[in-house]
Amino acid sequence: MAEFRLPKNSRIRKGKHFPAKGATNVRRFAVYRYDPDSGENPRVDTYEVDVDNCGPMVLDALIKIKNEIDPTLTFRRSCREGICGSCAMNIDGGNTLACTRAITEVKGDVKIYPLPHMPVVKDLVPDLTNFYAQYASIKPWLQTRTPPPPDRERLQSKEDQELINEPSACILCACCSTSCPSYWWNSDRYLGPAALLAAYRWLVDTRDEATGERLDELEDPFRLYRCHTIMNCTQACPKDLNPAKAIAETKKMLVSRRY
Amino acid sequence: MKKSGSPLAQARGLGSAKAGLEHWKAQRLTAIAMIPLMLWFVSSLISLTGAGHADVVAWFAAPFNAIGSVLLLGTMFYHANLGLQVVVEDYVHHEGAKITLLVAIRFLALVLGAATIFAVLKMAFAG
Repeated sequence: MAEFRLPKNSRIRKGKHFPAKGATNVRRFAVYRYDPDSGENPRVDTYEVDVDNCGPMVLDALIKIKNEIDPTLTFRRSCREGICGSCAMNIDGGNTLACTRAITEVKGDVKIYPLPHMPVVKDLVPDLTNFYAQYASIKPWLQTRTPPPPDRERLQSKEDQELINEPSACILCACCSTSCPSYWWNSDRYLGPAALLAAYRWLVDTRDEATGERLDELEDPFRLYRCHTIMNCTQACPKDLNPAKAIAETKKMLVSRRY
Repeated sequence: MKKSGSPLAQARGLGSAKAGLEHWKAQRLTAIAMIPLMLWFVSSLISLTGAGHADVVAWFAAPFNAIGSVLLLGTMFYHANLGLQVVVEDYVHHEGAKITLLVAIRFLALVLGAATIFAVLKMAFAG
């Protein structure tokens, strides 16, 4: 059955408190901590951060905490400008990128947890192995029968390019898939919004010649039809993309090839 | 059944069932069909408030009402079957329990559908 309580060893306990001495403008960050090597349950540590001496984004605060308060805090980050997708996490109850969420957007304590319902490697680092494998399973590359022109690339009209502009902008941060309840319960078989948006990107690519095979692979009660149009995916997407619409369009394509 | 192996082997699993479209489509079509059927049936029942047994039987015996009732009952139990199937597939992950529940839901929908449609037909033909 679906589990509605965390397993015993995953239940979160109260953690340490790190006060900011001498600071006048203080924000409190409540951060999920889990160390698999310690054998202890996860806990929530509270860090007080002097925001007068800190960058504006949540990621800036996390980096400040790691540099100046607690070097054991572990999280992924790279580009710090919303294009790499590394710092996806659950901030103030919603999945987003720590580097593009301003601290001032959050009221009260800034609560930071790893992406929901994924195995946790350490602290804010989720295990995305299955997520990436699902992305690979939709064959995210151009498939053709026609050989490319000998002297140039496969050209595309501006209108054709516009079809794939938005779905190509996905950075695979996993905010959408890990915000989807259907993905929480059935991530072993449901592809989830991120992989389905990627699949759609190749379905509508006018250069791709494997649309039928791609639709065959998607037409499955779990892979595609576990989407119950909850639309958390579209709400969560930090790039303002619309995976829910891409999934609906995919369902429409499956209908239209029958009649 | 869960497939073991590399992450990609697990993600690809047992392959696509190449099904699901008909289920999805039927669930939506039955939902749309039930909007007029339910409005008609419920408003008819409300208008029968206070009527005696014979009046109600006579209402069901009228051809339009009998056909409409049978259509509603068939659609309703089919829709209930489809919907409950999704709930079980979403939340029940024990393979044995899942199959048992899916079969039980199908049987229950068929039995209740048959019984209620028979009741309407009995009123229509036997009074």
